[in-house]
Amino acid sequence: MSDAVANHSVHAPAHHEELGFWRKYVFSTDHKVIGIWYGITALLFLFFGFSLMMLLRWQLAYPGQPLQLGWFTKLLGETRMPQGIMLPEFYNQLGAMHGTIMVFLGIVPLAVGAFGNYVMPLQIGAPDMAFPKINLASYWVYFIGGCVMLYSFFVPGGAPQSGWTSYAPLADIASTSQTYWLVGMIFLITSSLLGSINFIVTIVQLRAKGLSFFRLPFFVWAQFITSFLLLLAFPPLEAAGVLQLMDRVAGTSFFLPSGLVVSGQVLQNSGGGNPLLWQHLFWFLAHPEVYVLILPAMGIVSEIIANNTRKPLWGYRTLVYSIIFLGFMSFCVWAHHMFMTGMGTTMSNFFQTTTMIISIPSVVILTSLLLSLWKSSIRFNTPMLFALAFLPMFAIGGLTGLPLGLIAADIHLHDTWYVISHFHYVVAPGTIFALFAGIYYWYPKATGRQMNSFLGKLHFWPSLIFMNGVFFPMLLQGMAGLSRRLYDQTIYEHGKAVQPLSVYISISAWLLAIAQIPFIINFFWSMKKGKKVDSDNPWHSTTLEWATPTPPPHGNFIEPPEVFRGPYEYSVPGEDKDYTPQNERDTKNKKEDA
Amino acid sequence: MEIPYTVHPHPVTGIPNGKLGIWLFLASEVMLFGALFSSYILLRVGAPSWPHGYEELSVPLATFNTLVLIASSVTMVMSWASLKLNQFGKFKLYLGLTVLLAFVFLVVKAFEYGHHFSAQEFPRTSTFLSIYFTITGLHGLHVIGGIVVNSYLLLPGSKMWKKDPDRFANRIEYAGLYWHFVDLVWIFLFPTLYLL
Repeated sequence: MSDAVANHSVHAPAHHEELGFWRKYVFSTDHKVIGIWYGITALLFLFFGFSLMMLLRWQLAYPGQPLQLGWFTKLLGETRMPQGIMLPEFYNQLGAMHGTIMVFLGIVPLAVGAFGNYVMPLQIGAPDMAFPKINLASYWVYFIGGCVMLYSFFVPGGAPQSGWTSYAPLADIASTSQTYWLVGMIFLITSSLLGSINFIVTIVQLRAKGLSFFRLPFFVWAQFITSFLLLLAFPPLEAAGVLQLMDRVAGTSFFLPSGLVVSGQVLQNSGGGNPLLWQHLFWFLAHPEVYVLILPAMGIVSEIIANNTRKPLWGYRTLVYSIIFLGFMSFCVWAHHMFMTGMGTTMSNFFQTTTMIISIPSVVILTSLLLSLWKSSIRFNTPMLFALAFLPMFAIGGLTGLPLGLIAADIHLHDTWYVISHFHYVVAPGTIFALFAGIYYWYPKATGRQMNSFLGKLHFWPSLIFMNGVFFPMLLQGMAGLSRRLYDQTIYEHGKAVQPLSVYISISAWLLAIAQIPFIINFFWSMKKGKKVDSDNPWHSTTLEWATPTPPPHGNFIEPPEVFRGPYEYSVPGEDKDYTPQNERDTKNKKEDA
Repeated sequence: MEIPYTVHPHPVTGIPNGKLGIWLFLASEVMLFGALFSSYILLRVGAPSWPHGYEELSVPLATFNTLVLIASSVTMVMSWASLKLNQFGKFKLYLGLTVLLAFVFLVVKAFEYGHHFSAQEFPRTSTFLSIYFTITGLHGLHVIGGIVVNSYLLLPGSKMWKKDPDRFANRIEYAGLYWHFVDLVWIFLFPTLYLL
């Protein structure tokens, strides 16, 4: 299973023979190179998914009006936007692919594949992941899955248009590209399976000497729990994908009920299937998936908050117990996505209760992070700004979720723009802000240069404003009863009333794109021209990733590190500096008179 | 720095990396087949009528196949035990038998499938046959996966025995764990699909 390792042990000690260009940068088994590949690919997919949404927002703001963008409109062609007017089919494709790409190809690979791969082995003092070749395979399988998804735009009938949830029976009878979606998903599931096994084994087996579980940085805990969710929640979706593939290819009726009428004709199939079965299997994955999206973000934010408040995290053990409980409970709440499907009140009651229970550990984590700020002298650098913004944004996202988890309130709110606003508050200004924070925070470790702080603030403030400009009005539209599935909301009176908000949202979304330009410039400019870091530990942090050379070489550490203390020993009384790295022995650096 | 515990066990967990990895992989496989079995239950409970497995499928052939797979599990253990006893020839014999028995299983399965197809019974014919073909098909793919892995370890992969015997024995053990899992799935499949 781990050939690379054997080769090393047989031939030479690590960092050793020079590898060629391909082995060093493209097919490298080094977790840091793989992490960076994951990061670049995922950022591109994030941008692509965002672009789909910017296009879709045109139709929502100006329904039925032609979009005149010259060659771009021509490029989209007659089957998508004839004379610049968006067809309903294309609208559906944009929505479905936006969700799929953002969740499965953007955020998860960035939060887990990129940050987990790059930072986690460094934080636990490991030379690499436990299975470097499997790690490489996991990236390339992800890459192939992404290509299959992109290719589905070019098959006859256009991209999948049954939503990112691919609800049956709609998806069963959809055009060819849905099959590509399923095949793409099977690749992505395989990739995350390989990745999660690797993560868990690495964290269990490869921790540095002295690094017990309760000395792990919270980010590592977050990746650990996330990996369990990926490991155990994705296979049921794979099963569901296989069943849907059978429905589409072999003509079975797993999700097709008897007597289904399509376009006025009764479908000639054996019937007896159950569309709810798809939803159960899908949400059994997709609810833990929500926590896969948020837990790494919480981990990143915790690291940055501890570092920039120069204080230990408030209630580290509480945080750890909460995240374990959160991971466990995330398997017990999936059907709160299905209150309105007619699955019965007993089921609904059960899942309403579990949903209320799962909000407790989330609130505990958020409260701990908030209390960590109490009486600290905060350093307001760019990563900290993003991390601080994460807290209220995630809070809005979480609190707007409570009415959705209550059956009675959900009758009114389900399937409206309120739902979209709710989960985007969690994922967009929540997780994506945390990911930006992580990029700004760990950039000096990966490149040896700081990102520009002025451009960073120019990125942060407009992003914060426009994110809220996009998502807050959606809450109002949703409470006005506007369905999220409408191609043209002006066909209803209650939709017309909140139409001006749609224009406002769309303009905010386009401005949000402009607000990302400073980030893109900063990202590339700082690689060559950014201020060089003055030490391996520019943020004066305590965790092990800062004990490596900058950037870390293949094999990471010069000497195997040893850990003597917990992860967040900031401002320890009696020390001569306000941080005590985990690998520092007790006797060193005490004041003489202490 | 080297990656530790690739061959020898971690002092605290008591197992090497690969063994933890394969157990985690099997955990995810449990979820995969668990989801399919759950689907089976849900579809059956919701169906107005459901045939008895023994009316539609051939119980004698499946019983034979069950015995074949159990035997292959035994030979798999014997091959690992032979390695541990340093008897490389016996190891080759037992692992070869395991691969052979896996082929026997597939051939019998192919006869069963062929019989259904010639009787105009396809996955699309009924929900029972849909789930039957899907689960046994996926299980069949796992059997093929086992054949690929075991054949590799039997022929080109066994060169490692000379260079690194401990690591090779570990590989056989991991392949064995996977193989036992594939058998175990069948042990659940057989009564669920054929007898109930």
